[in-house]
Amino acid sequence: MITFILRRVMQAFVVMLVVALLAFTMFRYVGDPINQMVGVETSAEQKEALRDRLGLNDPIVEQFFHFIADAAQFDFGVSYQFKQPVSELILTRMPATLELSLVSAFLALAIGIPMGVYTGLKREAWLSKIFLTVSLIGISLPTFFIGILLIFIFSVNLQWLPSFGRGEVVTLWGSWTTGLLTESGLKAIILPSITLGLFQMTLIMRLVRAEMLEVIRTDYIKFARARGLPDRSVHFRHALKNTLVPVITITGLQLGSIIAFAIITETVFQWPGMGLLFLQAVQNVDIPIMAAYLLLTAFLFIIINLVVDILYFVIDPRLRVERSGL
Amino acid sequence: MNSTEQATERQSAIRRLLDHDITYSFFRSKVTVIAGIVTLIYFIATLFAPIIAPYDPFDLSTVDLLDSQIPPAWMANGDPRFVLGTDDQGRDLFSAILYGSRVSISVGFVSVAFAATLGIFLGLVSGYFGGRIDAVIMRIAEVQLTFPAILIALLIDGVARGVFGELDREQYAFWILAFAIGLSFWVQYARTVRASTLVEKNKEYVQAARVIGIPSLVIMVRHVLPNVLGPVLVIATINLALAIVLEATLSFLGVGVPATQPSLGTLIRIGNNFLFSGEWWIAIFPGLVLAVLVLAVNLLGDWLRDALNPKLR
Repeated sequence: MITFILRRVMQAFVVMLVVALLAFTMFRYVGDPINQMVGVETSAEQKEALRDRLGLNDPIVEQFFHFIADAAQFDFGVSYQFKQPVSELILTRMPATLELSLVSAFLALAIGIPMGVYTGLKREAWLSKIFLTVSLIGISLPTFFIGILLIFIFSVNLQWLPSFGRGEVVTLWGSWTTGLLTESGLKAIILPSITLGLFQMTLIMRLVRAEMLEVIRTDYIKFARARGLPDRSVHFRHALKNTLVPVITITGLQLGSIIAFAIITETVFQWPGMGLLFLQAVQNVDIPIMAAYLLLTAFLFIIINLVVDILYFVIDPRLRVERSGL
Repeated sequence: MNSTEQATERQSAIRRLLDHDITYSFFRSKVTVIAGIVTLIYFIATLFAPIIAPYDPFDLSTVDLLDSQIPPAWMANGDPRFVLGTDDQGRDLFSAILYGSRVSISVGFVSVAFAATLGIFLGLVSGYFGGRIDAVIMRIAEVQLTFPAILIALLIDGVARGVFGELDREQYAFWILAFAIGLSFWVQYARTVRASTLVEKNKEYVQAARVIGIPSLVIMVRHVLPNVLGPVLVIATINLALAIVLEATLSFLGVGVPATQPSLGTLIRIGNNFLFSGEWWIAIFPGLVLAVLVLAVNLLGDWLRDALNPKLR
């Protein structure tokens, strides 16, 4: 167990190092950082002095270590377009993205699992067929177009819900802002979270359905039925429980892609999160923000992967026996 | 060989094709047939876009600003000259969609071809040689797999902007985009091909080829490759749908093809600005066209996966 975890942590560490190298290469070689920082009238000597002061003339390996040390302390330099520290920019934007991602993930699970169970148990019901058709369409429609359709229906025509922004936000401890405590904030999060969660919802539904179909055929379910247990108990206490291991894994891994897909949703709804910041950075070649976003998301993804791997190990006793037997 | 013999030969070839399992499974499912027909219509329409389209949306002399934002022909104030209406610059939306699908589909094909070539090559090398090369390639693949494709494509695009500068980028935008999308999809091909290669390389025909001294490269390309292509075809079809969506997404986000050469995503991006002033058709029609295309290709991919999967036969 401990060797397994240690090995996974080591791997994660190496991956992180590779990503850091990529970010550093981007940072150092795409465009000249000095030209981005100073005005047109700065003389060559001044530029050279600045270069020296920032350590850009140091040996490249040394620079890389500086870069990692700074990044580990959450210092990613100064944004070219905003002239503000990148870490500050990201910190003020992070709550919006995390809030949106978590609400979407919750929606996807809360709707996807019951739909999956239903379509798995009642394969021939017309409602199941509707669910499956809708899920196919949900997978085929690009995220941004779902957002546009929702805006078109609920904001432009029905005028029920706002189409952009976070609504009113209140500040919780420190700099963490939340829109979940105000009415306008709650209204504002509905459309973006549906847009972002729809794909994950269909994915979870299909997964639960497939797993249900498989589990329902097993002997222990037949036995539970033979014992005369009520349907509800068989379906939810025995069958659903055993479908949840892959669901947890996939949801965990999907949390990473939710954060990435938030870029699209945030653009459609002008949601002031990290994704929008990153997109603006790409459009304006604001390398420090790009590098920081790359490092942060990589870190998040790797942590999620690691946790999922370890969870898997903890949840599924079969894995433990096999591994320790080796 | 005289002409009657040739004719019978051709007939039997056609019959063999018709009798084939895959053909059978294609015609057995109505949904698949419809998806096939829709896809075919798309390909023909985009291939012959200059002939079919009533206007050339890139020819500024035919575009009149006075014609801008006309609603579709069947609505009040519609104009029979413009079936689906016009956009903010007075371009015929139907023609723009035809040309836009052309850009979308070409980016899709080029990027899938690029991803498949790179992935197959790395997969073959990885599976055939094994050892340290294998470990390095597969480790890179694993790292890349932790990142969603959209993020990789965005990063590549951003770096390309920095390297080329804005002006040059417009010129190469199509290729940069195809490269960025292709590079985010190669892993699947590599992993699949590697797995099949590992099986194939221990079979007798490969051993025999090796014994008579055929160079590794020739064995890989001439002997192993044809035997590992089946699953690649499935991935390529599903990837085509993904690539088209990714291209549309990037263009929608404003980092895809330049506005002078609009794809479906660019059209939706332009139309999105007019959604609130009532000109809904500029965004919604290109979006629907895109959605139907992606759905059709996805359905074909689903069918192909089931048809080529021996377990389901």
